[in-house]
Amino acid sequence: MTGHDAMVAAARPDGAGPPAWGADEVCVVYGKTVALDCVTVAALPGQVTAVVGGDGAGKSTLLRCLAGALTPDSGTVRRPVKERSGYFPASSGIYPDLTVAENLDFRARGYGISRQVARQRAAEYLDRAGLARASGRLAGQLSGGMRQKLAVIAAMLHHPDLIVLDEPTTGVDPVSRSGLWWLIARAAAEGCAIVLATTYLDEAERCASVLVLDSGTVLASGTAEKIVAAMPGSLRAVAARPEGEPAARSWRRAGTWRGWDPDSGRLDAGPAGRHVITPDLQDAVTVAALAATPGGAA
Amino acid sequence: MWAMIVKEFRQVRRDRRTLAMMIVLPVLLLVVLGYAASFDVKTITVAAAGPQAHAVAGSLRAPFDVTRTASGRGRSWAQNQLRDGKAEMAIVTGATRPLVLIDGSQLFSAKAALAALAQMERRGASQPGGLAVTPTVTVLYNPGLTTSDIMIPGLCGVVLVFVGTIITSLGVVRERQTGTLEQLAVMPLRPRDVYLGKIVPYFLVAIVDLAIVLSVGIAIFGVPFRGSPAVFGLGALLFLFVTLGIGVLISSVSQNQGQAIQLAVMTLLPQVLLSGLIFPLTSIAAGVRWIAYFLPLTYFNQISRGVMLRAEPITSLWQPFVFLALLGVIVVTGATLRFRSYLAPAAREHGARKPAPAAQGA
Repeated sequence: MTGHDAMVAAARPDGAGPPAWGADEVCVVYGKTVALDCVTVAALPGQVTAVVGGDGAGKSTLLRCLAGALTPDSGTVRRPVKERSGYFPASSGIYPDLTVAENLDFRARGYGISRQVARQRAAEYLDRAGLARASGRLAGQLSGGMRQKLAVIAAMLHHPDLIVLDEPTTGVDPVSRSGLWWLIARAAAEGCAIVLATTYLDEAERCASVLVLDSGTVLASGTAEKIVAAMPGSLRAVAARPEGEPAARSWRRAGTWRGWDPDSGRLDAGPAGRHVITPDLQDAVTVAALAATPGGAA
Repeated sequence: MWAMIVKEFRQVRRDRRTLAMMIVLPVLLLVVLGYAASFDVKTITVAAAGPQAHAVAGSLRAPFDVTRTASGRGRSWAQNQLRDGKAEMAIVTGATRPLVLIDGSQLFSAKAALAALAQMERRGASQPGGLAVTPTVTVLYNPGLTTSDIMIPGLCGVVLVFVGTIITSLGVVRERQTGTLEQLAVMPLRPRDVYLGKIVPYFLVAIVDLAIVLSVGIAIFGVPFRGSPAVFGLGALLFLFVTLGIGVLISSVSQNQGQAIQLAVMTLLPQVLLSGLIFPLTSIAAGVRWIAYFLPLTYFNQISRGVMLRAEPITSLWQPFVFLALLGVIVVTGATLRFRSYLAPAAREHGARKPAPAAQGA
């Protein structure tokens, strides 16, 4: 089936309410590499959906499909018309040789926002993001965090129905991350559907839904709680890295080793010296990746 | 140091375009320029008018080559032959002293013609046209045989190539390099708007540059502007379309500004050397000369020199105009198509194209 976009309002899966954007069974192939293998994701108005996964998982490819920068080889993408979409590409899409104000002015003109409205919105966003005093600075001279905030503001300046953000917080200091999340949460509160890629699972945990990708395939999806609850086997803390075959199913986190036992139940008592741990999203994602590895769930 | 050397070699090996420039280009340039680099004029085309025109045609020897005769016509016809570029020298017979007109805008041909006439006189050979008296020689269009008079009209073209091709290619490829191209692709902008939006500023800059070069040439170097500004402007517009199109084409096949510069230089160099700007086209070996006819600067040179120095009307310049328009249609169509696919990754074929490098991190 040839991939295509459906840029019309689509009904929500539950058959009511505002339209849901997203992708259905989307596949993308680059030469011999399968970048996305039948991936489905939904983006609901007023909610933030996180796409997580390691390097080469297919996050950017999925987001490019959602933003309309890439047509999938098969599957359907449901997104608003270009005027109602906002996109923050991996490269941030900001002109380094334009000032903050000029970047926003270009974006506003491109989306057909009146000058007065654009100025009003830009001033408000810049003020809230702590960039008001930097409006005359070249974007190329901004710090990484400031540039990311500018790019997020540019993506939402025209109040789109769907905002696609490709790792907006990667490499950003905690204070700037908090500022970025304020912008994102506000857009969602105003009814915008947001899909963002992130490598920070603590960020994903606070999103309404999470899609876990690995090598182009979906490892898990749903709310963070649902993904954690669905984790097979049990997780135990161990003093040192186990020897032999269990070593492949253990990882170091916060100064201790964690081992995943795919065969035991969540509440089974483990061998002496091992403590059962209540997993969080980071553990569940790691386990999902291990389980997907050949021999990982032996 | 060894580590640096190894690293450099690895980088150069992967940058095939630079490698090609370093190895192939010098050889290619040497061969092409070896054949092209010649100021020697072996043939001077002559038009003969007046009652003894046919006698002149029969008696003149090399380097003169009488290509047109009109026994019933006079000076006006002969001068038009020079103005329209149909001959480099004209002889008007019928008066007591024959009149030799030489086209000074063809600098090297004019100098060669004067030298050949002087040599004939010294040798005591028959006078041109078999006349018994020394002819009156008049150099038209560039009486002082000034180099700047013929170079500045051509340099106008070089300025347009510089802005049109080099600067435009850099400006467009910068979008790719900074990763903003993908942003443009998802914005509600038509490819045509982006295309025109990218080239119009350079178009205007090029026109301002052209006006400056022309003003400086006229004011400081005293270069005449004898023809119609409208004809010159039309030629410049057509030429600019081609050069801007080449700039966009270059940017669409370049991944970064370095590659764009390399390619732009590769297109600029042959234009400067083979278009007739420096070496007369007739002096370039035929095996290499054909390249000149694919270069837009060749035609712009003919238009700018024709209009500025000889006041050539558009009717006699139709050939360079037509060829320039033809090149323009081909280049601009190619550039538009390339730009459209460059800007619209959504229109890719199944798995045929990788994403833009700036957004490859999946």
